[in-house]
Amino acid sequence: MPTETRRAGPPATGAQTPQRRSAGRALKHAMLIAFGLVMLYPLLWMVVSSFKPTEDIFSEPGLIPSTFTLDNYTEGWTALEYPFHHYIFNSLVVVAGAVIGNLLACSMAAYAFARLEFTGRKLFFAVMLMTIMLPVHVVIVPQYILFSELGWINTFYPIIVPKLLATDAFFIFLMVQFIRGLPRDLDEAARIDGCGHARIFWRIILPLCTPALATTAIFTFIWTWNDFFAQLVFLVDPEMYTVPVALRTFSDSTTQTSWGPLFAMSAISLGPIFGFFLAGQRYLVRGIATTGIK
Amino acid sequence: MRRRETLAAYAFLAPWFLGLIGITIGPILASLYFSFTDYSMIGGSDWVGLQNYRDMIGDPRLHSALVVTFQYVFVSVPLQLALALALAMVLDRGVRGLPIYRSVYYLPSLLGASVAIAVLWRQVFGANGLINQVLAYFEIQGVGWVSHPDYALGTLVILNVWTFGAPMVIFLAGLRQIPAMYYEAASVDGAGPVRRFFSVTVPMLTPIIFFNLVLQMINAFQTFTQAFIVSSGSGGPSDSTLFYTLYLYQRGFGAFEMGYASAMAWLLLLIIGGFTVLNFVAARYWVFYAD
Repeated sequence: MPTETRRAGPPATGAQTPQRRSAGRALKHAMLIAFGLVMLYPLLWMVVSSFKPTEDIFSEPGLIPSTFTLDNYTEGWTALEYPFHHYIFNSLVVVAGAVIGNLLACSMAAYAFARLEFTGRKLFFAVMLMTIMLPVHVVIVPQYILFSELGWINTFYPIIVPKLLATDAFFIFLMVQFIRGLPRDLDEAARIDGCGHARIFWRIILPLCTPALATTAIFTFIWTWNDFFAQLVFLVDPEMYTVPVALRTFSDSTTQTSWGPLFAMSAISLGPIFGFFLAGQRYLVRGIATTGIK
Repeated sequence: MRRRETLAAYAFLAPWFLGLIGITIGPILASLYFSFTDYSMIGGSDWVGLQNYRDMIGDPRLHSALVVTFQYVFVSVPLQLALALALAMVLDRGVRGLPIYRSVYYLPSLLGASVAIAVLWRQVFGANGLINQVLAYFEIQGVGWVSHPDYALGTLVILNVWTFGAPMVIFLAGLRQIPAMYYEAASVDGAGPVRRFFSVTVPMLTPIIFFNLVLQMINAFQTFTQAFIVSSGSGGPSDSTLFYTLYLYQRGFGAFEMGYASAMAWLLLLIIGGFTVLNFVAARYWVFYAD
């Protein structure tokens, strides 16, 4: 049974002088930084290019703009049928619904799987795990037909309602794992004090689940904000377009001359992901290390 | 008591049950049914038996979609995982500033599936794009990578490899779990770094490698956004980026041939399920569990 969870890596072999080691370390950092820059270069370049006049985008691979302009932003903002904040607002509505749905429905299901004894628990748990692997493409056609029978095509219901019904089973699994790690004494004490399951769930388990809930909220935000396939299929009229679908029509109608405005709106669309990334790094890294979601 | 608990559990599971039946299992069965019909949204459905599946066998675009998707999965996933493991190994050896490097390398994983990044890729690998500008500095004449049938898929492979941060974080967590005493024992026995990597690190890490492999393969088979944006939905040039899911979308939601699209979805399910099972079977021979 390993007791050590942190270590500094395999022991260095041979007799390396301190100078050689620090030179080696500097070289390693230089390589890591260089590699990081290569990886981030396209992103930085896109952001910088969004402030360049379009003709400079095609002639300057460098990061320092010779002319700085906000024209791409003003032009891009109004280039489509609706101003860009219309699509941002649509995306925010969809994302807010999805986040609330996932938090509520997945935590409820997780509480039952992690804490309650009931007939069919093992079977249902196995079914739940299998749905994680199901490709969306298998269900999308019948879902489309179902939602169109309900008159839901071109509304946000097809994207939000499934979340309220806990179809993102990944997060159920995440929260089951988390709740299993919480001491049972707490809810048993509450039960002896006469609390029902609703109260134990709401007053004891949920507040203790904050890290798992945060992970769920952040990933749901980023996935839904990024999601293209479902929004492309279900949102038909430009009035209902979310940011990814709007960007798509933009890029299709774009001739070479409007890369600047397209980059400007693309950069804006990545903004909220950056924000959540910076704010929630701790949860993101832990969430991905334990469950493998990205 | 037990009955009350069962009732409470079913109450907590009620939303999930509804979703499972109405939005998952119902549609799975419906899609199986539709796959045997000629369903077009407008005309209703006619039972055609195995016709859709027979058509699939003779559909050259479906064949090229399969080839494109397989090439993509079997080239990009190993490259992505190799890079993820290499960087995780470097970062695991007590690098100062690890959280910063980890964040920088991880960031693309969050962005990779977005339309904005696909748009960026289309420009970066375009005829006047960033790559060709850089090549021009070295006086190399580039081609329009995304509009050339020989290179377009390659640009999407690079995009997937670029998102190696997510498996890297998982590898990092796995490396942390390997007890230092194993390395010490190996060193005492005279094992060099290479020997330690293959005799300690890799065997101890096989469950994590397996986990990443299964997950990334399932993801890669379902790639859609990048191919759709880079080719403006066409899968071109010359179907070189016609991913399976993109072709499914074209048949289902472009041509409204819902029956054919459902049959395609079932083949995809069988392929993904098949490879997942295959992975699990193969795992018996190479995945090593300590307990």
